[in-house]
Amino acid sequence: MSFVTRGFSGRARERDPRLPPGQTLVQDWPVLSAGPTPRIDTAEWEFVIRDETGADHRWSWDELLALGVEDITADIHCVTHWSKLEMPWRGVSVDKLFENVESQYDYVMAHSYGGYTTNVPLEDLLDGRAWIAIEADGEPLDPEHGGPARLLVPHLYFWKSAKWVRGLVMMPDDDPGFWEQNGYHLRGDPWKEERYW
Amino acid sequence: MTHLDGNVLAGALADIFSVDLTPASARCTGCGAVAQLAEAMVYTNAPGIVARCATCDHVLATVVDAGDRLWLSLTGLSGIELRRA
Amino acid sequence: MSADPLTRPDTARRRPAWHVATVAELAPETPTAARLVLDVPTWPGNDAGAHLDVRLTAPDGYQATRSYSIASSGETSRVVLAVDEVPDGEVSPFLVRELRPGDQLELHGPLGAFFVWQPSRDDRPVQLIAGGSGVVPLYAMAASHAAAADPAPFRLLYSVRTPRHVFFADELAALVGPAFDLDLAYTREAPDGRQGDIGRITKDTLAARTIPAARRPQVFVCGPTGFVEAVASWLRALGHAAADIRTERFGGT
Repeated sequence: MSFVTRGFSGRARERDPRLPPGQTLVQDWPVLSAGPTPRIDTAEWEFVIRDETGADHRWSWDELLALGVEDITADIHCVTHWSKLEMPWRGVSVDKLFENVESQYDYVMAHSYGGYTTNVPLEDLLDGRAWIAIEADGEPLDPEHGGPARLLVPHLYFWKSAKWVRGLVMMPDDDPGFWEQNGYHLRGDPWKEERYW
Repeated sequence: MTHLDGNVLAGALADIFSVDLTPASARCTGCGAVAQLAEAMVYTNAPGIVARCATCDHVLATVVDAGDRLWLSLTGLSGIELRRA
Repeated sequence: MSADPLTRPDTARRRPAWHVATVAELAPETPTAARLVLDVPTWPGNDAGAHLDVRLTAPDGYQATRSYSIASSGETSRVVLAVDEVPDGEVSPFLVRELRPGDQLELHGPLGAFFVWQPSRDDRPVQLIAGGSGVVPLYAMAASHAAAADPAPFRLLYSVRTPRHVFFADELAALVGPAFDLDLAYTREAPDGRQGDIGRITKDTLAARTIPAARRPQVFVCGPTGFVEAVASWLRALGHAAADIRTERFGGT
């Protein structure tokens, strides 16, 4: 049972060919949160890549920035059906982080301050397709939007762009992260509308 | 918007269970605290509903609603005590 | 409605279900809120304090669902809601501004067996504490208590911006009597220039103006998340047991 509610249209929505199926355009930037918002000082922030030997490759905030911050323009697509187009970002390419990391593993679990996890194939993070983002819309990232740094993988649904990211752990298999264990798709390509299992 | 509480779970869970689970007591597998589900901290502005322990923030339960399908995870709860009416 | 436990309807049989409601009456409740009187022929009745989910569907299939406390209770097919408009909200502005008598809505309910009060469970005093539109389920409890002529003493401490923002102002005033005490705490503007009384509820307010922990009241607290969490922590500090405090937070849009 379900019927159209007279006069109800929901938030203003528009169609645009740059929108994947089932997505609608928003002008604001909705805040989604599955838990308390961590507040991490950049003086204490640290980023780690753990390879299959268990060795940790570490970067402080300043060391991350020293790898080179680039400008990015990206469309982002949230699985809750909203998209934002041509959003300006700044961040460090994940390629830079992997320059000195050797791994035979094909998959990565991204871990965040606060305990969030999401799984991503390594190839989705390389070749200029993913960043550790530190600014959006010309401003440092607010904690509500994942600051001081979040993963940015704009070609996948935005739950893959882990807020408050603190590290990547190499995995031999594509083990599911938080949402992927609880109903959402293992990869999450918005153009294939890979929302759920 | 900040979090709500477990009272808001009643609608989503009523679609699956024939009893209301929100007054049920259960044990958090994170810290061991026992509380009624209605007392959990619940985040609804997310890809799914996330209920967290009010004592330690451990994830107690998630509900992901795909319309024709629904995923329920109760992995953060043990010993769910239900009272007969 | 009977207060006799033998004849009280078996609430366990009030299974939540989807219902079609027809808007019977709409009226302004406060400068920012509307009262919705809904005809729901299939409604099984509800306990005082229960809530329901309203689901709206746009022509393109987009749906939005929000929970609202029910201001009515008992065996009735007339369901009363009072909805406060959340600025920049999605569902509440529609319900407050766009809805018209005769419109149909989808409801899911009745919901929630935790934040409810039933007559004659015991004769312990009951302290209700409301912040803003959080008074709605507490008003339902107070009205149910009066209708049942239940002897348990009730008190309502209601934090509200101004006299114009009081929900169910006339109905609450009419309930005042030997078994129901109403205490309004204004945060912005009091009637008749009682400026000295203005301010947010504090731990001292609770100590001075609510039933003391020594009398073991059952306490129901409903309001915005920050209000509920502050009040609940002060109640604990004042000696109330956690099991005696029931809370409901709102913040839907």
